[in-house]
Order: sequence, then C-alpha cells, then structure tokens
Amino acid sequence: MRQPDQSTQVGTLAVEVQNVTKNYGTFTALKDINLGIKDNEFFTMLGPSGCGKTTLLRSIAGFESISKGDLLLYGENIADLPPNKRPVNTVFQQYALFPHMNVTSNVMFGLERLGHSATDAKRRAREVLAMVQLTQFADRLPSQLSGGQQQRVALARALAPNPKVLLLDEPLSALDLKLRQSVRVELQQLQHETGITFVFVTHDQEEALTMSDRIAVMSNGQVQQVGTPVEIYEHPVNRFVADFIGDTNIIDVTVTKTTGQSATCRLPDGSTLLCEANDGAAEGTGHISIRPERIRLCNPGTGQLDGRIKSRVYLGTDLNVHVTLKDGTDVKARIQNTDGIDIPNVGEPVDLRLEASGTRLLVD
Amino acid sequence: MAKHIDIRKFTGFRAIAVLCLFLLYAPLIVVSVYSFNDSISITTWGGFSLRWYEDVFFGPEAPKFKQAAINSLTIAIGAAVASTAIATAAATAMLRAGKFKGKSFSFMLINLPLMVPEIVTAVATLIFFSAIGFVSGYMTILVAHIVFCIPFAYLPIAARMQSIEPFYEQAALDLYATRFQAFRMILLPLMAPGILSGFLLAFIISLDDFIITNFVKGAGVETLPTAIFGAVKLGIKPNVMAISTLLLLVSVVFVTLSYLVGRMGENTEK
Repeated sequence: MRQPDQSTQVGTLAVEVQNVTKNYGTFTALKDINLGIKDNEFFTMLGPSGCGKTTLLRSIAGFESISKGDLLLYGENIADLPPNKRPVNTVFQQYALFPHMNVTSNVMFGLERLGHSATDAKRRAREVLAMVQLTQFADRLPSQLSGGQQQRVALARALAPNPKVLLLDEPLSALDLKLRQSVRVELQQLQHETGITFVFVTHDQEEALTMSDRIAVMSNGQVQQVGTPVEIYEHPVNRFVADFIGDTNIIDVTVTKTTGQSATCRLPDGSTLLCEANDGAAEGTGHISIRPERIRLCNPGTGQLDGRIKSRVYLGTDLNVHVTLKDGTDVKARIQNTDGIDIPNVGEPVDLRLEASGTRLLVD
Repeated sequence: MAKHIDIRKFTGFRAIAVLCLFLLYAPLIVVSVYSFNDSISITTWGGFSLRWYEDVFFGPEAPKFKQAAINSLTIAIGAAVASTAIATAAATAMLRAGKFKGKSFSFMLINLPLMVPEIVTAVATLIFFSAIGFVSGYMTILVAHIVFCIPFAYLPIAARMQSIEPFYEQAALDLYATRFQAFRMILLPLMAPGILSGFLLAFIISLDDFIITNFVKGAGVETLPTAIFGAVKLGIKPNVMAISTLLLLVSVVFVTLSYLVGRMGENTEK
C-alpha cells in the first residue's frame, strides 16, 4: 500500500465532479455530487447496490447523460461529449469482449479507431497483452478463455489506448474468491506501472480497503465520506459509513460536553468516556461507534460497562464474544487469540473497556 | 413438488398425433410419390419413371415454367434483400434507439401484416396500385412481396438483436468507434445469423406466395405458384406434381437452412 502522505498530497485533479445530479423520471440517482479524483490515484466508489456508484461511473464514461452539473477531465468539461470523444476507457462488469474477434483484434480495436496504423496497433497490443500475461492467448477467441483470462483481456483492451482515466465497473465480481484476491494485487501493480488514474466501482468493502488510495463511500445517490481506507475505517463521519465499512457496535450515549475534535459522552451505565467527534457535534442524545477489536474484556468492577457473556465463537485467530449489557444492548467484541486469554463462560458477568481512540461520536 | 405431467400418457394421445401428422403430410407424400408415376393418370400407379420431370424441363410447357421459375427466383431474391434491409433498420430503431414517440404503434405496424388475412392485403394492394397508376407487371409483384416479407424478416432479426446485450456497442463507443462503426463492426456481425435467417425466411415466403401475387401480377407475368395454378386449371397433369415436388424440395432446403443458421447463432453466443 502506498504511504498515506503521498495520497493526500495536493496534485492535479484527474476528474472533477461538480454538482452532478442525475434524474430518471422522478427517481434521483445522483444528488448534487461533488468529488475530486486526483491524478494517478486508485480511487474507489464504494456502496451498496442502488447507491449510484455505477451511474456516476457511467456518467464519466459518457453512457449516461447527467441532468445537472459539470464533469471535468483534467480541467476540460466533458459533460456534453459522446463516449467516443472522451479519452477514458472502461472495463465492463461483463467484460463485453467482442465475441467475433480474437484477443489481439479486441485489444487493437481502440487503437485503430484512434487512427493508429495496423502495425503500430499490433505492437501496442502485444505490449499490453504481455503486461497482463496473456501473450500466448493472443490468437484465441474470447469464448476459448476462462473468466479470469477474459477479465485480463478486457483490462488490456481498455489500457491499450493509454486512457487518461481507466474506469472499472465491478470487474472482479464475476470471478471466484481466490482469483479475486490475486487479481486485486495485479490491478494495484498495474495502476502503479501505468501511472493511469483508476476509478474503481465496487460493493465489496474489503476490495475497496485493500486496493484503494482513496475511497468515496456512497449511499442513496450521495457521497457520504471521502478518505483513505484508514480514515474511512478508523474515523467514519456518520452512522452509514461506520455501519457499512467493517463490523461495528453502535451504542446510545448522552453527549455532555463537546470540545473541538472530541466529546464527552455518558454511557448507558453512567460512566463517562472521551471520544472523537466531528466539529460542531451537538450535545444531547447521540450514538458512538466502536469496532469490536477495540473492545477489551476485563474482570467485573474494573471496566466501563458491565454485562454478561451471551455467546463465544472460536474463529482460530480470534474469538467473537457477544456481551449483553445491563440495558439489553448487545455488544460484539473481537479478542485476539493470544497466550493466556481467559474468557468467562456464557452467562458469567464481565466488564468491557472501550479504547477511547477507537470510539467515535456519529452524526446520524 | 407435483410430478412432471407426461402428456404422452393421456388417453388417445398417440391416435390424435398420428391423425394430425397424417392429415398434414399425406397429401405432400402422395404428390411427391405420384410425381414419379409412369402413368398419365394421377390416381393409378403405373411404375416408376422420371418422365414428368423430363416433361417439366424439356416438354412443351418447359419455356413457360422456366420463365415462371426465373420470375419467382428473381422476385424472391429481390424481395428478400430489400425486406431484410428494411427489417434490420426497423429492428435497430425499435431495439437500439431508446424510447421514441409511437414506438408500440410502430411495433404493431411492422407486425400487422402477419395478422391481416392475406386476401385483404391482396385486394388492398391491388386497389392501391391501380389508384396510384402503378401498372401491373413484374414490378408490382416485387414491391408487394417486399412489403409483406418485412414482418417475416423482422422476427428472427429482432429476436437475435434482443439477445445481444447493449454493452458490446457501448464498449465499441468507449473505444472511440463512431455510432456507425459500432453498428457496422460490432452489432452487424453479431446479428449476422439473425439477418441470414430472416433473409431465408423472407425468400421462402416470397417464393411460395400465391394470393397476393395472383392479384397484383400483370397479364403474362407468372411466378411458379401462379403458373402451377394456371396449369392445374386446365386439368391436373402429373407434370404439375413434379414441379410441385421440386418447389417443395426448395422450401424444405431453405427452411432447414434458416433453422440451422439460427441454431448456429445460438451456439456461438458467449
């Protein structure tokens, strides 16, 4: 993974999405979206199905017209250009390889349309096919390739014209789990080698966290949060992001005091906790989010919350422990399987300690 | 779950099936067999012979049948080419141009000729041609055939186009092809089996047509079906059976081809 400082440094913007709205009849697929995708970054749009991520990607490609707003590609407004006039290429979810053309012809297609000579296009096709390790399949038809190979042809075909931005629409969803994991690494390497800005769409948060420089979490046609994987996971800005990314516990609290980036909250059992908060967090009732791995179990009387063990599940590397608090709230804790761990039996009392740096006051 | 119902177990299934097949095919078999009859009678068997085929090609009526066959073939080819082109354009508009006003009306318009009794189309076409002063002859037959062949060509072409996902053309556009290039280099080759199937179907429909042809043809211009009908009116001679058998053979070959082409297309998918 790249160093965070590198990804946050100010650079030129590859894609600027400015106040983009997309309506289908009365349904609003994208609501006034603003996004800046930086040059040479691996940017992921992540969200559940129907959140608008694919619509936004297709708008950048030019397959969807936007109802309002502007789309800039390296400063140039492309909102009104047809797809064949936009210097971006797409890897389709279903690959969309031309079934009547062999692998080389597929890869040469874009180059030839751009006016490259046949020899030129052929040379470039060989080059790109070598990059995705498909040299020996150059003369095959797409139907004679496996799913993983087809996926790489699609990638080679989209990279061949050297686009300014490569758009990837859930390209891994049709692959089996093992292949998916190895392709993730390849995709990241390819992005580094080519230096092309990748805009990747997925509903798989693990995919997003492992590959991306930055992630935009989307839901209901809106961008909920943009940040590095660490920012998204460790500092979710609202309940949707905290809930959607990874596993978390949402606990009702009363906010008694807010000071800049932190807030003092009263937990259900009366104890207080200092946690992270956004600027302008309001006092009153609220929720905090804490990841299961940031919760420690301790002897009764020594922690912040007391409850009883509801269940324990052994996972090998970890143990998942469910604890029921006095007020009935269920809390999940993930305890690493280390030497000498001693977890009480089901039904026995236990105390919980929340790591202050891992708790965060959420905006609903 | 309920057990799969086997229709073959129904009482009388076999008898009904045999009866239906008999009614469908017995006349064709009789005509085919008797075309090889050595006798001049059309009902009594006089031994095997190819004399009536010889009569078709070299007998006194041969020039008439030859001209009719030439007319039939050229009209069928012309009508199939034109109706296939129109049907391809229509299918592209219906399935690839997005929503437009009057789309369902257009769909109805394209397929209506399949529903309208042929005799009505025949009368209407004749009246229309005479109203605009289009003199009956070879051209009237050709134009009429082009028109009524369109829905037959449209069906396999549209079915094929419907099965082609729009992302192929989107990929072409994404790779800098113009809309026309995307159509010509991607959509058209993928549709080829459907287009060929539509062409063959239109060809055979045109070749076999009698009713409309009989109405709009000019004096002295005959196609094979009208020539056969003309010959039969003068009394059924076994040479008519021979020529009918030949026409049947051509039909069977083309329908089989159309079917095989359609199936080949399905197999090359994915």
